[in-house]
Amino acid sequence: MSKPILEVNELTTNYVTRFGDKIFAVDHVSVKVDDGKSVGIAGESGCGKSTLALSLMGYYFPPLYYASGDIIIDGQNISGMDPDVVRKTILGNEISYIPQAAMNALNPTQKVIHFIEDVIQAHYPHTPKKEIYELARERFELLGLPAEVLQKYSVELSGGMKQRTVIATSVILSPKVLIADEPSSALDVTSQKMVIKMILDLMEKGIIKSLIFITHELPLLYNVTDDIMIMYAGQIVERGSADEMVFDPIHPYTKALMGSIIVPEEGLRDVKLTAIPGTPPNLKNPPSGCRFADRCKFVMPECRVRSVELRDIGGGRSYRCIIPEEDLRKAYKSEKR
Amino acid sequence: MKSDKVILSGKGVTKIFGFGSNKTVAVDHVDFSFREGEVISIVGESGSGKTTLAKILLGLLKQTEGEIYFDGQLRDIRSHSKKKAYWQNIQAIFQDPFSSYNVFRKIDAVLLDCIRMRGGGRLPYDKKREMMREACSFVNLKFDELTNKYPFELSGGQQQRLMIARIFLLKPKILLADEPTSMIDACSRATILDMLMDLRNEVGMTPIFITHDIGLAYYVSDTVYIMEHGKFVESGSADAVILHPKKQYTQRLLSDVPKLHEEWDLSTV
Amino acid sequence: MKLMLKQVFGSGKFVIGFVIFLAILLTVVIYPIFVPDAPLKIISRGTFLSPGIYVNLYDSIDSATRYTLITDDAEARRVAGRLSDEDRAKMREWLIGNGVDEAEIDGADTAQLLDLWELNFDPTVRLPGMTNADRNYYIRLTASLEGLLSTEGATIASTNPETGALEQSDIVNQTDYVHVNEVANSRLFILGTDNFGRDVLTELISATGVSLTIGFVAGIVATSIGLVLGLVSGYVGGMVDQVIVFIMNLFTVIPTFVLLILISFSIGQESRGAFTIAVVIGLTSWVWTSRAVRAQVISLRNRDHVNLSKLSGHSIAYILAMDILPYIASYVVMALILQISSGILAEAGLSILGLGPRTTEVPTLGLMLNWAMIYQAHILNKWWAYLPIILVIALISFSMNLMNTGLDQVFNPALRD
Repeated sequence: MSKPILEVNELTTNYVTRFGDKIFAVDHVSVKVDDGKSVGIAGESGCGKSTLALSLMGYYFPPLYYASGDIIIDGQNISGMDPDVVRKTILGNEISYIPQAAMNALNPTQKVIHFIEDVIQAHYPHTPKKEIYELARERFELLGLPAEVLQKYSVELSGGMKQRTVIATSVILSPKVLIADEPSSALDVTSQKMVIKMILDLMEKGIIKSLIFITHELPLLYNVTDDIMIMYAGQIVERGSADEMVFDPIHPYTKALMGSIIVPEEGLRDVKLTAIPGTPPNLKNPPSGCRFADRCKFVMPECRVRSVELRDIGGGRSYRCIIPEEDLRKAYKSEKR
Repeated sequence: MKSDKVILSGKGVTKIFGFGSNKTVAVDHVDFSFREGEVISIVGESGSGKTTLAKILLGLLKQTEGEIYFDGQLRDIRSHSKKKAYWQNIQAIFQDPFSSYNVFRKIDAVLLDCIRMRGGGRLPYDKKREMMREACSFVNLKFDELTNKYPFELSGGQQQRLMIARIFLLKPKILLADEPTSMIDACSRATILDMLMDLRNEVGMTPIFITHDIGLAYYVSDTVYIMEHGKFVESGSADAVILHPKKQYTQRLLSDVPKLHEEWDLSTV
Repeated sequence: MKLMLKQVFGSGKFVIGFVIFLAILLTVVIYPIFVPDAPLKIISRGTFLSPGIYVNLYDSIDSATRYTLITDDAEARRVAGRLSDEDRAKMREWLIGNGVDEAEIDGADTAQLLDLWELNFDPTVRLPGMTNADRNYYIRLTASLEGLLSTEGATIASTNPETGALEQSDIVNQTDYVHVNEVANSRLFILGTDNFGRDVLTELISATGVSLTIGFVAGIVATSIGLVLGLVSGYVGGMVDQVIVFIMNLFTVIPTFVLLILISFSIGQESRGAFTIAVVIGLTSWVWTSRAVRAQVISLRNRDHVNLSKLSGHSIAYILAMDILPYIASYVVMALILQISSGILAEAGLSILGLGPRTTEVPTLGLMLNWAMIYQAHILNKWWAYLPIILVIALISFSMNLMNTGLDQVFNPALRD
């Protein structure tokens, strides 16, 4: 068994609102990513997946606060570390993060090479510029990006190229883990494909060891990552390999999400898309029982009172529901899509 | 449902922005004829000119060249009253529900506008409230909970449903839906699409979807138009265009979309 | 709306600015209730009376109860008041020049000095190098020294109406005092009087009110013109936009202040009331508001909510009023505040050049500065004639800019700290 690169145990983080209320946007979440593996995180907007991305890096700044749990990167526990120390020693070096609008982060008055110098010199001051340039050129060529890009201003680049440049820059120090939060959702399908190819290249060429990919687009996730985790209202509701999750979902929420996938493939038109009525619970005072209870069609009185733990059913698969998996599968079969 | 009557058609419709060396051809001599009752999708990437075309169809932008025929007649929207008459027949749902509403006007005002637009401005308020209640219940919203609220107090999905309630009241012949589901979550998407389809059956309108999502286009539409650089490169029935694309651009577009049952070929970028 | 006000008043900068401004405004409103004098009433003969309390001498002698106070240093102060250090030095100089032994003279001992003076001074003696002016000075000095050390009171005499002769009616002793409040007439000039002998404080407060009014009128004129032109040119576009932009450009390239001077000059002294000046200032300063509004409207006019409003059959006027204006309202309010403050400054600038409002009815801050400058208050060290005015102008400007910055931070989250 390969060793885990990133191990997160029962991580809980919260926001503090202006009125002093605590909102637990990430609630006892455990993630384990092995060397050479990628994990996808999906869920509705507001389910806490982006907050989880920020929390995983150990980089907390108000209004986000660390509450409890461990974050272990390659054996080093970074939970509860001073954000300044995290920024100087962990970010970029051990773990890198690409937010959705990363391509807009480039200062239009600076050349691309300047950002790379910034990143490297932040961790290794006094590195000669020539060395940095050589490294950047090599890396860009490895990733199939033309070296001329280094001497260009960000405004001269197209959206897809900008996003790829940002990604290449953020992994210039070969971090162990890359967290990509919707890196391609603002792009055209063609640019999206190029960005995804590059991220997969990073894994393949050993520049990064593990990948955490966050998106709400399930077909994309299915094609990119080995494992998929589904988040709902700050909690993980199901986890498993991408194949199992898409074609054999257990949790009713996962099942509904998979039933709402639209892809241009034969047979799609005969299927009725699944709609989930209602809205996710307010995390200011989450329900005491199952958080999905209000929207679940299999809801029982018990669901609303008993808190549900993530149940491990072996093979890296786990789900958060009190109904046995066979019963759920049977129910789905009888529904017949 | 479908009839052979052409409700909206265009000939050589062109839109050019700017002058001289700065000019950009956003829509380039497109011809189309949309039949009454069919579901149409116009698919294109960003910058393909699909939103510009939608605005021309809506009469929000004036085409530089070409004619548009509505209901067999050359469209005439030169005065405010003629525009108003045209907009009783064609309405729209926009992409971003959060920016579609005036944040200073309450939900009631938005819906009352629609009643007035249909000539019901002088109805007694009880009757108007009844109509608004009916429209809201059609989209699964409770009018009594919404009255005196502002649209931004609702979630994205709810706002988009309110938009559909608006269309329910307006009962236009044509509905232009510009990326109606791209800003909302996958699970609300099915709800919105179902409601749009129900509405189509209810009032017998012709929906036109403007989208970048080729999967969505395939799911909802009878006829698909693929747009690239301001031109329609391929059009036809959804099955023909999506499952058996003939043009290279359509094929590329399809191959770039991640799918479930087919390998996503990353070597072609 | 409520939330917005709450946010606005949660901004420290805005609140400080607002409080200062409110204090100025309240002073302008309340002061005339207590001091109903006409602001331009000439109250003194002679110019630039320094700040302080003025007690009527006649009334002090005539009607007030007298109190006797025994104070040790009264005499010394009195002499010091009459005999300055300079005088003492001069006297010493004369005495030494006339052969008195230097060691004998103690400048600090007034009695001894006066004795020596009385003994030795002879107005006919001319010391070498002494000018006529010096001689006259010594004669004057001697005259003023008469009775300086005498402890007797001053005799008040009045004419007997029957005989026509002067008769002693009263004696005022050196130890006599009156209570200021018991004197029938006394007057407090907190800021002294100006060159025409008018009470500076009353004038200043009245001027502040007038200047604020000018600012408000100018600001409202400028903002309304700017708003209407900006809205129309931004929203309607096309030819209308081109024409309006042309006019805007015209006004941008002409230096506003020069234009203001020319217009003010050509109106002529006679018809230049405060209101006219305010309107003229407004007419020349709308261009920046209109540019900014136009830019905002252009970015708003293609928003979906405007499109939706169009599709709902609303007219242009309705869309401008309901779908555009509320979105730029905060911006317009901020522009208005700046316009008011710059209107006040423009009036001050114009008036200093003598092109301000007609002078006989109302003072303005600018006019007061103008008068102070013409009568050389700054050269004569009469600080009370100009410094308070400058301070008030600065305070108004400061408070308004502070409010503006505060609002900016509320409405423009990128600037929040």
